[in-house]
Amino acid sequence: MLRYTLKRLLSLLISLAIASLVIFAVIEVAPGDPASFMLGMNAQEDTLAALRAELGLDQSKFQRYLTWVTGMMQGDFGTSYQYRTPVAGMIADRLWVSLPLALYALLLSTAIAFPAGIYAAARRGKPGDMGVMGATQLGVAIPNFWFAMMLVLIFAINLRWFSAGGFTGWDKGVFAALKSLTLPAIALALPQAAILARVMRSALLDVLGEDFMRTARAKGLSRGQALRRHGLRNAMIPVLTILGLQFSFLLAGGIIIEQVFYLPGLGRLIFQSISARDLIVVESVTMLLVFAVIMVNFAVDLAYAAVDPRLRART
Amino acid sequence: MRRNLMIGGALSALMVLAALVSFVWTPFAHTAMDIPAKLQPPNGTHWLGTDHFGRDILSMIMVGARTSIAVAFVAVGIGVGLGVPLGLWAAARQGGWVDEIIMRGNDLIFAFPSLVIAILITAIFGAGAVNAIIAIGIFNIPVFARVTRGGALPLWAREFILAARVAGKGAARISVEHILPNLANLLIVQATIQFSLGILAEAALSYVGLGAQPPTPSWGRMLADAQTLVSIAPHMALVPGFAIILTVLGLNLLGDGLRDALDPRLREART
Repeated sequence: MLRYTLKRLLSLLISLAIASLVIFAVIEVAPGDPASFMLGMNAQEDTLAALRAELGLDQSKFQRYLTWVTGMMQGDFGTSYQYRTPVAGMIADRLWVSLPLALYALLLSTAIAFPAGIYAAARRGKPGDMGVMGATQLGVAIPNFWFAMMLVLIFAINLRWFSAGGFTGWDKGVFAALKSLTLPAIALALPQAAILARVMRSALLDVLGEDFMRTARAKGLSRGQALRRHGLRNAMIPVLTILGLQFSFLLAGGIIIEQVFYLPGLGRLIFQSISARDLIVVESVTMLLVFAVIMVNFAVDLAYAAVDPRLRART
Repeated sequence: MRRNLMIGGALSALMVLAALVSFVWTPFAHTAMDIPAKLQPPNGTHWLGTDHFGRDILSMIMVGARTSIAVAFVAVGIGVGLGVPLGLWAAARQGGWVDEIIMRGNDLIFAFPSLVIAILITAIFGAGAVNAIIAIGIFNIPVFARVTRGGALPLWAREFILAARVAGKGAARISVEHILPNLANLLIVQATIQFSLGILAEAALSYVGLGAQPPTPSWGRMLADAQTLVSIAPHMALVPGFAIILTVLGLNLLGDGLRDALDPRLREART
């Protein structure tokens, strides 16, 4: 297990290093000079040079990369060109919206997908199964931002149960804050729930064909008992992988939904920073999202190896 | 179970037909504004209604289908063109350093939040259909590389490959002449799925204004235009939404249907 962990850790570090290089390179080739963007067309050359020096833009590329990476390791994500405030603080503020939104959506998608997938697997080939599978086909085909617009039309404009957008903030109470995240979370959760329900169903169907399930039935367990005690646990491996991937997707995937609902989250931060050429923010937020995805994958890999010794032997 | 294939094929064919017909005929010119007739719900003259400039929505949907198809098609082309050779190469060198580098590279691309990177690319290099294609296409490469490698590995252990090696063929020739034809079914199904994901991605990018630029109509931008008017003209949001849903649904059903039809083992398992 130690050897496996070390090997995965090494590949994790290499992935992070390459990812940071790629992100840095993409931002580097971006046309436009942040300093002249900030000071406008009529800026004096010496003012520009002073600002470039202040932002560290006069250093070599290699030096800037090193400063950026070592800074991030210490929690320093640089200073926003636009607002002149630490990027780490901006990210922390936005995380208070994006992270709860992602968790909320994940919770909803699990709450819908697990029962639906289990139900469909138990009713394989029957009308109930067909109904669930048909619904999931529709679920993956609906663009979530369109679904979000429909939710606004029905529940905000016509029924007036929710506000059409914006975030009340956590200081107005947990309930009010959660309420303003409800429609966005539903919109985000829908396609994820559809995918998860399909994975749940097929994982369960795979397990149901196993010998140990027949044994469980033979020793007197009912279908439901066998499913709960032996089926579900074994079906969880593929389901957990997807769940891990979905969390990182939800964190990043909120970018469009946050636009629809005008939520002040990470996605909107990226958008605003791109249009304001505030590239240090874009760079750091993108790196943070990639870091989250890579870490989640790493954790899932380790969890597997802990559960299933065969995976360790394979490396 | 040929129902998926039939429904999916019909829906996909309908979209392709709409795009093709739009080259020679649309009910109205898709750019023709008619302000007095703005925001009309579907009626006898404008079958799917008009938008806030009085443009005919059916005509815009038909021309918009061209954009969606073109972007998704070329993006899948990039994925197949680069991903399949990489996957074949990795499989031929299974366990070697080439395999390791290609697969780690794959993992790396998967780790990037695709939509964020697509937005980054289009924002930095300029919004437009070509950059949207590149942004979507890049993320198709690892998908095809992985599917190709996964399908090719078991084939390399088969007798007919051994026979080809004994006959003196090299790894590259075996990959192209013997492995690739056996992967065709797998790749066709995957291409259908990636095509539908491409349609969704294009819609998302043009919704945030980073896809095809005006006056080229695109379904995503039609939805963006509809957003502020959704309470007084819901058809403006409903029509492009349904166009996207039916197209994606059609392609997904087509993919499922093709998989069932092309893979005899699955057909046996289902019955």
